[in-house]
Amino acid sequence: MKITVRQSGEVTILDLKGKITIGVGDVALRDSIGQQMQEGRKNLLLNTADVSTIDSSGVGELVAAYTTVTNRDGKLKLLKLPPKLQDILQITQLITVFEVFEDEESAVKSF
Amino acid sequence: MNAPQPEVHLAIGSRFENIELVKVVLDDCLRQLELDEDAMHWMELAVREAVANAIKHGNRQDPSKRVDIDLAVEGDAVVIRVEDQGEGFNPDAVHDPLAPENRFKRDGRGIFYMKKFMDSIDYGFRPGGGTVLTLRKRLGKSTKSDPSKEEGQ
Repeated sequence: MKITVRQSGEVTILDLKGKITIGVGDVALRDSIGQQMQEGRKNLLLNTADVSTIDSSGVGELVAAYTTVTNRDGKLKLLKLPPKLQDILQITQLITVFEVFEDEESAVKSF
Repeated sequence: MNAPQPEVHLAIGSRFENIELVKVVLDDCLRQLELDEDAMHWMELAVREAVANAIKHGNRQDPSKRVDIDLAVEGDAVVIRVEDQGEGFNPDAVHDPLAPENRFKRDGRGIFYMKKFMDSIDYGFRPGGGTVLTLRKRLGKSTKSDPSKEEGQ
């Protein structure tokens, strides 16, 4: 998975591209979230528009990212969930945990 | 005359990157069975989970240990067996990922997803070691291609 990090005001946007699956994508996401925390960036928006596949490890990583950021008084929100990612979060009843946005401008303003 | 049904055996070393190899072969087989894209996606995800569990929990990522994957059509179902060389586990001891106390845990959703995406999953344990997971999905049945509609079932 490729992660591109950009800034929009006080919000750090992570554009995720590819697979968030065991052994590769999950580790990349964990490392990138850890790096943002280290650098004091606490308002994170994960743009998932180009996520092609996610497995249970990827879902676990999203949940872990959410708790890591929240425990450090930050906020983590999701942008542009592909339908299958929405399905997989829904069946484990995690969809309600995350604030999800379709539009980047609205998402950034919500922080 | 019916088209020949795919029958495949794959043996991989216990490395996560080999899951992509399994996916490529599985894709080809499932296309021969004329499954729709959604059904293929969810079945592939179930197999991903099965192989990942075999590598991680079964073989403890020991690359010298093998994971065997067999796919065949048996009657009206596609049957995929995933076998590791690990020490086995108690499937009943796996926690419920929907329980409030487990909701925010990093791990423990793989088996739940497999059950959601397949018609059945069964574990067998070989006496000398090794877990055999059998995943079954009926062909032609109204598939679980939209699992979100089955929430709570």
